[in-house]
Amino acid sequence: MMQRYRTALIVLPVLVILALLPLGVGGYILGLLTLGYYYAVFSMSWDLLFGFAGEVNFGPSFLIGVGAYAAALLNHYWEWPIPLCLAVGAVAAVLAGVALAVPALRLTGPYFGLVTLVAVLLLQNVLVLFAGVTGGEIGLDLPDVLSIDANTNYYYALVFMVISGGILFGLSRSPVGLILQASGQDAIEASALGFNVAKHKLTAFCISAFFSGLSGAMLVFYLGTASVGTVVDIAVGVNVIIAAVLGGRRTIIGAAVGAVFLIGAGEILRPLGQLSTFVVAAVALVVILFFPGGFMGRLLHAEGRE
Amino acid sequence: MTALLEVDGLIKRFGGLVAVRDISFSIGPGEILGLIGPNGSGKSTVMKCIMGIERPTAGAVKLDGVNVAGWPTHRIARQGVGIVFQHARPLHRQTILEHIQLALLPDNLLMLRTNRQVIRDAEEIAARVGLSRVMHRLPGTLPFADLRRLELAKAIARNPKVVLVDEPFAGLTAAEVADFSELIASFRAEGHAVLLVDHNVKGVAALVDRVLAMYLGEQVAEGTAEAVMRNETVRRVYLGGKIETAARPEREGKGHTPLLDVRSLNVLYGKAVALEDVSIHVGEGEFVSVVGLNGAGKTTLFNAISGLVPFSGAVNWRGESLAGRTPGAIARGGIVQCPETRELFGDMSVRENLDLGGQHLTVDEAGRQLDWLFGLFPILKARQGQAARTLSGGEQQMLAIARALMMRPKLLILDEPTLGLAPVILEQLSKAMERLRQTTDITVLLGEQNVTFALPHADRVYVLEHSRIGWEGDPGRFAEEAGAGYL
Repeated sequence: MMQRYRTALIVLPVLVILALLPLGVGGYILGLLTLGYYYAVFSMSWDLLFGFAGEVNFGPSFLIGVGAYAAALLNHYWEWPIPLCLAVGAVAAVLAGVALAVPALRLTGPYFGLVTLVAVLLLQNVLVLFAGVTGGEIGLDLPDVLSIDANTNYYYALVFMVISGGILFGLSRSPVGLILQASGQDAIEASALGFNVAKHKLTAFCISAFFSGLSGAMLVFYLGTASVGTVVDIAVGVNVIIAAVLGGRRTIIGAAVGAVFLIGAGEILRPLGQLSTFVVAAVALVVILFFPGGFMGRLLHAEGRE
Repeated sequence: MTALLEVDGLIKRFGGLVAVRDISFSIGPGEILGLIGPNGSGKSTVMKCIMGIERPTAGAVKLDGVNVAGWPTHRIARQGVGIVFQHARPLHRQTILEHIQLALLPDNLLMLRTNRQVIRDAEEIAARVGLSRVMHRLPGTLPFADLRRLELAKAIARNPKVVLVDEPFAGLTAAEVADFSELIASFRAEGHAVLLVDHNVKGVAALVDRVLAMYLGEQVAEGTAEAVMRNETVRRVYLGGKIETAARPEREGKGHTPLLDVRSLNVLYGKAVALEDVSIHVGEGEFVSVVGLNGAGKTTLFNAISGLVPFSGAVNWRGESLAGRTPGAIARGGIVQCPETRELFGDMSVRENLDLGGQHLTVDEAGRQLDWLFGLFPILKARQGQAARTLSGGEQQMLAIARALMMRPKLLILDEPTLGLAPVILEQLSKAMERLRQTTDITVLLGEQNVTFALPHADRVYVLEHSRIGWEGDPGRFAEEAGAGYL
């Protein structure tokens, strides 16, 4: 209970400040944060699966990409309205996720992770192979965008992140989250307590897929274009993972902080050119090696340290 | 009275190995059955088959009349079987109370809020097992015994018809054992059926109504604890039949520094005491056996000597402390361990495994050593080109010993060489041991739970019991002085 109050004490003031930001800062920073918020949802979804269900999904961009491209294709070719595209994108990600997870969750150890990794490569190849339809490497431009106003886009992203984060965080702290965590840590013991581990893990995967896909779809409507480089590439997935670990495994909120930090750092260091990626990776390495709890690990779980 | 748990003709095969062979028993409401057997006897496999962690090859597991054999674990759990694991891995960030709540939750995806009633029930259970004071603490801050209490609490929370308890008293002090016995007895009072799995009768004798003894997958005796302890087969399994001993006079001269001198060794695994104030010494050329049941601490002792686990106390090798030396340096210094798990390179041939052991020898020396080893274990000569993985268990053990001998150790540490081997192989191994002892001046430290194998070659015997040295002496006096405590 104490922990819950403390989390609220940290999170609420930050949210108020974020909500007031458009009054004080320019479009450039808002644009950056908007991107960061969508990444935040990617990372939080990933953390639910890794931090709680204990499954390492090396291919978060598979789920993101399926959601993004499903929405983009519908809008590009049939000009479906945005809300409908978003809904279909999210559902498509869940369906693709289930198709992947049902066979993959039978595997143990590193094999689940490898399957998810291969899935990304497959998706990427399919998109490039059918370049005539998907736009291939160049991407697919969309007739509709969420908004052309930076402030409006910022609020769309912020509200979306807060709602998704709230749901994921609440879920992680609920009894279901507890069962999920037990399943992730010791599947035999969890099932000896009467829990259907496969069912809980599959559900976690679906929830993770839903928010990843939805966020991917939102992102392409913000950018006005869907391309392999922004929503499917392995590098996208790696960034999502680094953000979640950087922010703090098993915290959900930490994943969001990590994602915004990563996007921000990448931009601030842009003058360094290629070196910027190196610096960000080095920082991530240091945090992972020396502070495995991440940014928020210590803050949210101070009494959890042994 | 119908039995709550009825196991009928249970068989479990792992590939070619038959781990459980036609085991049948039943437990009624309010009854405690002890399932005992030495390591590798298949008792844990029986437990896993009941819980559904392993799928039985054949046979029935009836729970209150319903055959659950082959069901997934979570369905068997819901049908009314609870298990108290020996080693639990609690969640780090959840309090003790939350752990108990977890066990009280139904398997439901829509449980988004914790029910008040669940919290109250959890608090009640915490009080019953004696965790009230610490229920808001995290598992990492609690002593080992409290973590075991937590496991019991989780089993109580599921309110199962049948409770399986794996090694109920491992790692506990005498006072804690009394507490736990009371808690387990309370299961009986409430009409649950209880299965206690343990290594020997002695540990569970006070608690059980009946005992079933297993050996090499088969049932060897069933009855009251006293009857099973008197049973001839059981005595032979645990104590060996006619024990032949051939101790030689202690070789170390008075005043000499023993080759290996271990003083007041203590080892902790997390919070569990693995070794407590253990002192042993081995003289040059001596053959010393450390006997003790599985879990007594033999492997830990050897690993401490080999520098593989941290310890407090002193380990002196030829009068010099080994503290701070790397395992590699200790092995090069002449202490070579042949581990329980054998650690062969499975995809390499027998010859390659042996050559690896002889890496540091010159070609000539290695050749001579190899010839000598092939004399000691003729079967290995015939198997030279075969992959180590394809050898039988006994041959693998011989290879493991031979590879250790290739390093020309001053002190050879053999950890449970007989584990899982058939009696006929034991005899071959025993002959090789005897030849080794009679024809070389090698010093051997042997860890065994199989007394029949450990005693005949030994000059001196230590009994390791619950992490401490319980007896030391001449193998000839073992049966009368230490044998009873060993059953």
